[in-house]
Amino acid sequence: MTIKKISTPLTKEKVKKLKAGDTVYISGTIYTGRDAAHARLVDAIHKGEELPFDVRDAIIYYVGPTPAKPGKPIGSAGPTTSYRMDDLTVPLLNKGLTGMIGKGLRSQKVIEGMKKEGAVYFAAIGGAAALIANAIKKAQIIAYEDLGTEAIRKLEVEDFPVIVVIDHEGNNLYETEREKYEILEEEK
Amino acid sequence: MRKIDVKEIENAVRDLCIKANLYLGEDVMNAFEAAEKKETSPIGKEIIKILIKNAEIAKNEEMPICQDTGMAIFFVEVGQAVQLVGGSITEAINEGVRRGYKDGYLRKSVVKDPLIRENTKDNTPAIIYYDIVPGENVKITFAPKGFGSENMSRTKMLKPSDGVKGVIDFVTNTVMDAGPNPCPPIVVGVGIGGTIDKAAVLAKKALTRPIGSYNEKEHLRDIEKILLKKINNLGIGPQGLGGNTTALAVHVESYPTHIAGLPVAVNINCHAARHEEIII
Repeated sequence: MTIKKISTPLTKEKVKKLKAGDTVYISGTIYTGRDAAHARLVDAIHKGEELPFDVRDAIIYYVGPTPAKPGKPIGSAGPTTSYRMDDLTVPLLNKGLTGMIGKGLRSQKVIEGMKKEGAVYFAAIGGAAALIANAIKKAQIIAYEDLGTEAIRKLEVEDFPVIVVIDHEGNNLYETEREKYEILEEEK
Repeated sequence: MRKIDVKEIENAVRDLCIKANLYLGEDVMNAFEAAEKKETSPIGKEIIKILIKNAEIAKNEEMPICQDTGMAIFFVEVGQAVQLVGGSITEAINEGVRRGYKDGYLRKSVVKDPLIRENTKDNTPAIIYYDIVPGENVKITFAPKGFGSENMSRTKMLKPSDGVKGVIDFVTNTVMDAGPNPCPPIVVGVGIGGTIDKAAVLAKKALTRPIGSYNEKEHLRDIEKILLKKINNLGIGPQGLGGNTTALAVHVESYPTHIAGLPVAVNINCHAARHEEIII
């Protein structure tokens, strides 16, 4: 396990240095977006409309936070399951998106898109929402406010903890690590 | 006949919503600590430590353990010697959810219609299962259910000849297919018997049992133990990043069924196995 610190924007050069298994602390600007926001972003791409933020060299975090308590920038903010975004991811990769933060498996189509465009998929610890919230210093809704928790937020983060689970070469930590601990039983 | 004002139920529900989402139960914390000692994967061990730390931060800073504060699920046992006064119990529970999710800064995750998908903005309606039981108390069990894990749940109508092996294979395969998605280490609820709907409710109710408890029936207890071992041998591990802690527990419940059938439901819970109860 190698520990790396990166700052945004996440250029393709930086993506190439990240390997499956690395623990990474991200600082800078990241954007939130989950199911409903993704549908709107992709719809905008299909219609040729301008996106509410520049996805080039950007990181999208799949999260729907709890409401912020008074005096706090954001509530609890752990990752949501990523596969639900799979059908809507490749158009964003084609637009230059270089990083995604979520949890759980991705489709082969997304992995191929990541390899082609040079992008990385990070996992945040699912459920560690209170701990992760402490790495978020500022949060501002920048689009689709009507979606509530699903609105797109611009987050300023400091040492936001993630693990590279699928790198730009398609190395997949979910597969390689699981194999090490699987105990095969003989059929009776 | 004992009279209970539904306002009392509403207030209790409000408090249960906040408590269950902010404070992880002792049974889960104990299970984390035991798992952390046993876990052989260094990443897995580290993740369990982070989950323990997260629960401590949530408690100390009064923040939700997980941002998915769930759909509000209730199991309500109403004593038949109770007279509920002051309004409708269902409305009182929903009002308690409304207040709890607002006052606790909890996420509102419910949409009015599954296809139109407009948020109700107050996390109602709740899903409520009522049982009429002897006695003069009302017992309310609240289990907020996140959908990362709910989405990985499955039901299957097996044949009677599939037997115990069929059940074990189906549950194990369901967990294997779910992989990292439901936030392992998970708790697995299994309902066997009844009808398709009965099995599903049993599986969900099984999740409200304290972690570490076993079914009183010996043959079901044996299945729980076999399943826990098989599931942990899958190697999925904490967050799916490898290890021998894929599940913290497997809880099995059963009900009589028809000569022609063997319904099985698997309801998966994430590591934040939240449940709180109160007796009024």
